Amino acid sequence: MESTWFMLVALMIVAYAVLDGFDLGAGILHWLIARTDTDRRTILRSIGPVWDGNEVWLIAGGGTLYFAFPALYAVSFSGFYLPLHIVLWLLILRGIGIEFRTHLTNEVATGLFDGFFSVSSLLLALFFGAALGNVIRGVPMTADHTYFEPLWTTFRTSGDTGILDWYTLFTGIFAVSALTMHGALWIALRTRAAMHDRAAKLANRMAPILGFFTIVGVPLTILARPSTADNYIEHPILFFLPVIVLVSLYLAWSWSRSGAELPAFLASCTYIISALVGVAAALFPSLLPSSYGSEFNMTIFNAATSDYALRVGFIWWGFGMALAIGYFIFMYRMFRGKLEPDSAPSTNGAR
Amino acid sequence: MNDALFLHRIHFAFTVTFHYLFPQLTMGLAPLIVVLKTLAIKTGNDSYNRAARFWTKIFGINFAFGVVTGIPMEFEFGTNWSRFSQLTGGVIGQPLAMEGTFSFFLESAFLGLFLYGERKLGKWVHWCAALLVFLGSWLSGFFIIVTDAWMQHPVAYTQLPNGSFSVTSFWALLTNPWALIQYAHNMCGALATGAFVMAGVGAYYLLDRRQHEYGRIFLRVGVIAGVISSMAQGFPTGDLHGKYLAKHQPVTIAAMEGLFKSETGAPMVIVGQPDAEHQRIDNPIVVNKVLSFLVYGTTSAEVQGLNAFPKDQWPTNIPLLYFAYHIMVGLGTVMIVAMAAATFLLWRRMLYGARWMLWIILLCVPFPYIANTAGWMTAEVGRQPWLVYGLLRTTEGYSINVNAANSLFTFLGYMGLYLVLGILFIFIMQREIGDGPAPAEVHSIESETQTTVA
Repeated sequence: MESTWFMLVALMIVAYAVLDGFDLGAGILHWLIARTDTDRRTILRSIGPVWDGNEVWLIAGGGTLYFAFPALYAVSFSGFYLPLHIVLWLLILRGIGIEFRTHLTNEVATGLFDGFFSVSSLLLALFFGAALGNVIRGVPMTADHTYFEPLWTTFRTSGDTGILDWYTLFTGIFAVSALTMHGALWIALRTRAAMHDRAAKLANRMAPILGFFTIVGVPLTILARPSTADNYIEHPILFFLPVIVLVSLYLAWSWSRSGAELPAFLASCTYIISALVGVAAALFPSLLPSSYGSEFNMTIFNAATSDYALRVGFIWWGFGMALAIGYFIFMYRMFRGKLEPDSAPSTNGAR
Repeated sequence: MNDALFLHRIHFAFTVTFHYLFPQLTMGLAPLIVVLKTLAIKTGNDSYNRAARFWTKIFGINFAFGVVTGIPMEFEFGTNWSRFSQLTGGVIGQPLAMEGTFSFFLESAFLGLFLYGERKLGKWVHWCAALLVFLGSWLSGFFIIVTDAWMQHPVAYTQLPNGSFSVTSFWALLTNPWALIQYAHNMCGALATGAFVMAGVGAYYLLDRRQHEYGRIFLRVGVIAGVISSMAQGFPTGDLHGKYLAKHQPVTIAAMEGLFKSETGAPMVIVGQPDAEHQRIDNPIVVNKVLSFLVYGTTSAEVQGLNAFPKDQWPTNIPLLYFAYHIMVGLGTVMIVAMAAATFLLWRRMLYGARWMLWIILLCVPFPYIANTAGWMTAEVGRQPWLVYGLLRTTEGYSINVNAANSLFTFLGYMGLYLVLGILFIFIMQREIGDGPAPAEVHSIESETQTTVA
């Protein structure tokens, strides 16, 4: 049952990364490819009805983590205290930027809100990447399973680590580039004409850079925490995951260049999914490794709640997720297709 | 009280108090929007649709503020109260995770459809979207109340050898009697906020001599919902809640009422300030025997005072608890009287011209907000010194690995950020209410939905 919940929580985090990933990406390239006010409103409209639902995967994932592995939730959220609150502030600013830009008409105010949206999207991608890096590298906890990480310490990956070091900075930048490509493919899928061309061009440029990061990422990860390779060495069949990662990235690139927008976007989704599943496969059965040695790791066995709770949860969770997936399919079908440029700025503050 | 504990407490109290200003309105407005949309379909009068569209905009603004200020709440259990989360996650993790799984997905998906999809969906599907948003927001409230009710009145749990608590019956957890009573009481409060705001905006339009048609619709719907909700707030839900509280947390009710010594035929204090040092009420105005009657249904019953309990069981801040409770009850009474008078005038067809009554309705708008906030403070301050009543003390729940400086830093951060949010909120609301419902020919909602089907 613990293993099942490991997979289910991982699934929710992956869903969050893929879904909120494209609207974070759209935020990152808000300044890069949107030249006019109309362009910027087009980008916001492409994510307007869906971004909030996408973000719910983070909240629901957090809630599910709390329920299934309360010890992990308690230890990691307090251990990552500062970056987590900074992430929350960024989420607040970003949500405000998206929702209320259309309520304002003067250029200073829209500029400010575009800034909220764009800068916080970029920093969130960086922080989420760094957070993943922290989980892979391990955190400075010993037998009592408590720790508190400052923002940085010595920038080394063992012992008394901080949130940022050379490895987590790398994973942060990696995440920013992955979501930039992902967001660009989304914008290309949803827009026409000049916007579409700029987005597609950016995606085509990002893909090779991302390929480079992906390939370099493997040795760097093993350098950051050598035992990340253990599961792969023990079960070589897992090597199909990195193969999918590379193949899907290549396909995203080539489909994007040939103008097959939807396949390219879906390939990019597959790329993110398989990369994260690859990480989860390396971690299992650890949930949060210790940078002081594997005997202090937090695992699914010492962090899970009671068996009864996990079993009951399985029933309602399955039911709830089936409903949620139903809503998402319905919602994305309603709002599919290309956006027409929206000519007159709405002065009445309609959302 | 040590610094870190105090800061973690004020951190949570501040962020949750600010947060709840928004959901109480969205939970209150959601059913009223459904009412407006139903009226539109039933009467065929398009004014109801435009009224619904206006309130949908107000709803959307408040919903967005509720979402962005709500996300920190879900995380603060872990960041600031990690020992509490670790020990109780086996129980309250269930309702909190269910809130995400059942209500947030429902709300967010259908709110998108509801806000952006009126033209595409057709009137019945759009009505369903409104209903599902209502359902989602009320479901969300239920799961939060289940969580809080377990902390007030723990049921269906067992303690494991490592000290943590684990749920033994999922069904008993969800049907905790405390949760059902508290939910009914709380949702009446939310409905009152929605109703007072709707009636207040209507009164404002009529006093300002504009938007006459909408002003009347808002007043009619708001006053009827307001009188029902504010009365139900007191009786039966408030009454039941008080009796249940007296049974399970007698020391809390003694502190709420400022009853320092046990008394038969205990009086209810209407006015007066508790002096904890001398254990008396300054300048009291009391009504004899009412407290005994309210709690036990007979004027001669003995009500236990604070002196009947050991001091380490007393709520830690008795004056705050006392004032929070008295403000809640006082304003609740004012709300009932105001809405009853307005209903009478509405029935006699005199309301729209009675400017003095419109002024009262307008000035009453802050009261449900204050009463709801004071009510929650009564519940949470009254639960002290416990986090989980009788099981886990507040001093044992906060994150010891997060020192006072870090907690202070993020607390200051939230204060600054929420100040900015508050100013922005007032600015945007003032503009939307100033603009009022769109005139018949402009359908502003629809200009934003120009997506073409591929």
